[in-house]
Amino acid sequence: MNAWQQLLEGFATNFLLFVVTIVLSLPLGLLITLCTMSKWAPFKSLSRFTNMKWLADFKPIRAISKTFVWIIRGTPLMLQLMVVLYAPGLLFNYPISSRMTAAIIAFVVNYAAYFSEIYRGGIESISVGQYEAGQVLGLTKVQVFFKIVLFQVIKRITPPMGNELITLVKDTSLARVIGVVEILQNAERFSARGIIWPLFATGLYFLVFTGILSVLLSYAEKKLDYYKG
Amino acid sequence: MNILEVKNIHKSFGRTKVLEGVNFSMKEGEVLSILGSSGSGKTTLLRCINFLERADEGVITVNGEVVFDAKDASLTQKQIRKSQLNFGLVFQSFNLFPQYNVLENVTLAPKLLAKEREDYKTNKSAILAEIDRNAKDILSRVGLSEKLTNYPCELSGGQQQRVSIARALALKPKILFFDEPTSALDPELTGEILRVIKQLAKENITMVIVTHEINFAKNVSDRILFMDSGIVAEEGTPSDVIDNPQNERTKAFLSQLQD
Repeated sequence: MNAWQQLLEGFATNFLLFVVTIVLSLPLGLLITLCTMSKWAPFKSLSRFTNMKWLADFKPIRAISKTFVWIIRGTPLMLQLMVVLYAPGLLFNYPISSRMTAAIIAFVVNYAAYFSEIYRGGIESISVGQYEAGQVLGLTKVQVFFKIVLFQVIKRITPPMGNELITLVKDTSLARVIGVVEILQNAERFSARGIIWPLFATGLYFLVFTGILSVLLSYAEKKLDYYKG
Repeated sequence: MNILEVKNIHKSFGRTKVLEGVNFSMKEGEVLSILGSSGSGKTTLLRCINFLERADEGVITVNGEVVFDAKDASLTQKQIRKSQLNFGLVFQSFNLFPQYNVLENVTLAPKLLAKEREDYKTNKSAILAEIDRNAKDILSRVGLSEKLTNYPCELSGGQQQRVSIARALALKPKILFFDEPTSALDPELTGEILRVIKQLAKENITMVIVTHEINFAKNVSDRILFMDSGIVAEEGTPSDVIDNPQNERTKAFLSQLQD
């Protein structure tokens, strides 16, 4: 097997990790967004009896999910990979079945946290007038979201989401810190034997892939640009 | 019977009292203008009637049927939706849906509501065709037949506001409310909106217009309410209220506008 093929085999792992992460983290991110925007305040009725305004205003779902997002965004992905790999075995005596599974879990959770903030920004940027116009026309809240708001949100978040997707392509090589065999590890084996060019070839694989992704993203942006605002 | 009766509406935001007992009623086909300085509660009143705010106190009836009672805490989302369709609201800032073209903006709500009809499945294509035809008819009445496939961003402010009037009319509301329909427009564009409203008045559509255009209000209205600090300070025919104001605040307001 020649070096190009070996590198390609490694890149297949990166590609798989990329695809699985996107498929799972896009919906998980939306779920996190809904939690961080939750208005549920179970102690609201207490405001009549106490002066503890903070307790009346306390929104547990929001607080928990915001803390979660803070932790995920505030610690290195590399550390999260290690925690996911080792914590189940060391803390609960239930070792994780494969290194790839650990990598997938860490990537999905990490990217879902970032996506959730992008979604939230998109949803909050839609003017309240859009909701009110839908409401006075007799639409249900679900119809307002899916028929009026969602499409506008998608248009607004496409550029930042594209940024994240391109970062994800390159981040997949971090999986090697927990022993997932991917392209970078293959390339390094060559350089250990004194052959330098596979490192550059690896760069080329990433460039081609991110290049294709950029073209697709700008196509999507153009398609969505049929209206302004 | 009065088509609309608004009784004793109160509304506060925190400690700020905005409405302090507003009462008025309307007959079918009547055009009512609401005047008053900024902060007098005109827009809040419209928003309370249209269920965009919940009044703290008061009752609203349509053709004698109670559609809102502040004491009734059991009012469900579904009932509100149904009552809402008695009214149409034209916003100051249009609030068109930017991703839909003119025709789609007008047909979106009727088509979604049609899905709740029992004969929707059997009669689908006929129902949708009827909705399209009705929308095109309304759009031609507001002079936009040429713009059916344009997007809101391609239209002038006046054209956008005419689309939003058409969008409200498409649901055949019993009463059409306007919240300062010309305030977001350049002066040279207000004329086309006022012409459309005048035409609707001729067609006997019951309307409530919150406006700062005194001359227009005088021209188009059957009756005028002057609001001040959350109550109706003066009420009467245009000539009563505008030419012969009795209330001190009305006088002050009108003389300010003339300066």
